[in-house]
Amino acid sequence: MTNQTDSVKWMTIGEAGLTVILAVTVFLSIIAAAKAEDAAYAFHVTLAGFASLASVFVILNRYFERGALPPQEIDGRPNYNFGPIKFATVASVFWGISGFTVGLLIALQLAWPDLNFNLPWTSFGRLRPLHTSAVVFAFGGNVLIATSFFVVQKTCRTRLAGDLAPWFVVLGYNFFIVIAGTGYLLGVTQSKEYAEPEWYADLWLTIVWVTYLLVFLMTLVKRKEPHIFVANWFYLAFIITIAVLHLGNNLALPVSVFGSKSYVAWAGVQDAMFQWWYGHNAVGFFLTAGFLAIMYYFIPKRAERPVYSYRLSIVHFWAIIFLYIWAGPHHLHYSALPDWTQTLGMTFSIMLWMPSWGGMINGLMTLSGAWDKLRTDPVLRMLVVSVAFYGMATFEGPLMSIKVVNSLSHYTDWTIGHVHSGALGWVGFVSFGALYCLVPWLWNRKGLYSLKLVEWHFWIATLGIVLYISAMWVSGILQGLMWRAYTSLGFLEYSFIESVEAMHPFYIIRAAGGGLFLIGALIMAWNLWMTVRVGEAEEGVLSRPGATLQPAE
Amino acid sequence: MRAILTVENFASNLVLTFWTPVFVGIFIAILTYALWPRNKAMFDAAARQPLRED
Repeated sequence: MTNQTDSVKWMTIGEAGLTVILAVTVFLSIIAAAKAEDAAYAFHVTLAGFASLASVFVILNRYFERGALPPQEIDGRPNYNFGPIKFATVASVFWGISGFTVGLLIALQLAWPDLNFNLPWTSFGRLRPLHTSAVVFAFGGNVLIATSFFVVQKTCRTRLAGDLAPWFVVLGYNFFIVIAGTGYLLGVTQSKEYAEPEWYADLWLTIVWVTYLLVFLMTLVKRKEPHIFVANWFYLAFIITIAVLHLGNNLALPVSVFGSKSYVAWAGVQDAMFQWWYGHNAVGFFLTAGFLAIMYYFIPKRAERPVYSYRLSIVHFWAIIFLYIWAGPHHLHYSALPDWTQTLGMTFSIMLWMPSWGGMINGLMTLSGAWDKLRTDPVLRMLVVSVAFYGMATFEGPLMSIKVVNSLSHYTDWTIGHVHSGALGWVGFVSFGALYCLVPWLWNRKGLYSLKLVEWHFWIATLGIVLYISAMWVSGILQGLMWRAYTSLGFLEYSFIESVEAMHPFYIIRAAGGGLFLIGALIMAWNLWMTVRVGEAEEGVLSRPGATLQPAE
Repeated sequence: MRAILTVENFASNLVLTFWTPVFVGIFIAILTYALWPRNKAMFDAAARQPLRED
């Protein structure tokens, strides 16, 4: 009997466990769909049912077709797992273009409100969270998952931990995006900025995110390099903090387990504080720490220069982690939040100047001895300009957190301009730079299809950003000044609608800027597609088997 | 700071007497670790980690 077990192929615990859980989920989804109290919920549990059913088939099919599990090493070299990374890379381009397009549409709606087509699903209120979630969580999130899985494997010289787990993370995360996005269009929201998805989507994301943390941690545990490279520290801080923020801000009680509506646990000013503790740290740990990890790996790699100061990177990491978590109250200046809390938030925001600029200098100075490459390599230029935008946005942010400045800037387009200099300039460009590096590496290509197209992308997008942020600066300060202008008799000089009217030309310029940014991204998508399709294969590198499960590639 | 000091409660006492010194201590320890001369060789090697992989 014992001899026979050697020749019998066994399901792994993950395969068997996941199959059973997903099969049960199919039945639970059918029951929930039948008892659903609102249409959006019924639609979402139906989607969950179909997704679970499809996953059961894919897992069983893979089990019957596979031989042994992929080896950890081939010829003494790590057998890197690129399949899930490829999926996340493609997904990030897809979501990026979707998110930029929706952004352009709502920018045009602000200039010409008729473009909401008088339909509930296309109204600004529903499309705006679709835009922010699509660019931040769908585009940015997939870039972070793809690059983190790549960087952790490469710098630890080991295959990604888990067999199905990395696929579960990537597919599960994108399923969350679908649930969140379609929910917004159908009017499902808990009305918390950047945390709009309702309770069931939040629960699902929690499961996915904990798996993400475990995959990342277990890969670190089995590393072959003694030292954990600094980029992994930033990724780890990003993953852990997002888990904590997500759980804290989304504690809610559903009205019914068969309905989409829930009520959040926090009330009044506590809710506001929780929301902006979450909201600002989504900026600090999702849009900053995660993308700083990209900076610390991809800039040295592309410039072929070591990190300028590794010591500075350590201080940078801990300083930014310690300080960022306190900056949230600057979103609630002059509100019911206690005054000392507002001052605390402002003080920590100002202190953030130091680690932010320390990190920026570290990224820029990594080019020491390789500055000439900026002329010839548009990908490196994109990465470096992103760091420059990071410096600009992190200079402006603390400035705006100062209470007297905030009294002018708050609720105006200045905030939108500030966010977009960070989002388009920093997060967007560093992501594009990483994607331009990643695609040839993942698909085993000598280089990109066309560097000329990268040049076009760079300049068109840069022009777009400049149009966008300068329009919003002028518009925002104009707006702020109009709101606070008094006549000699002490009456407000302008009605609100007059300030809205004054915004019109700037909204058109902003939409033009957004349009250029979208055109740049479309050029990138074409370039990356052609790199995979017709790019010349890298010689001397064996194509490595590993990813045995590659749906929708 | 004045406002915090005048609020007599457990949380603000804990912050002032415990967390502030603890975090300052941790940060000084991190600085020491980062700037310790003997760690330099290790950090210089780590700075090159992205450049020497297969």
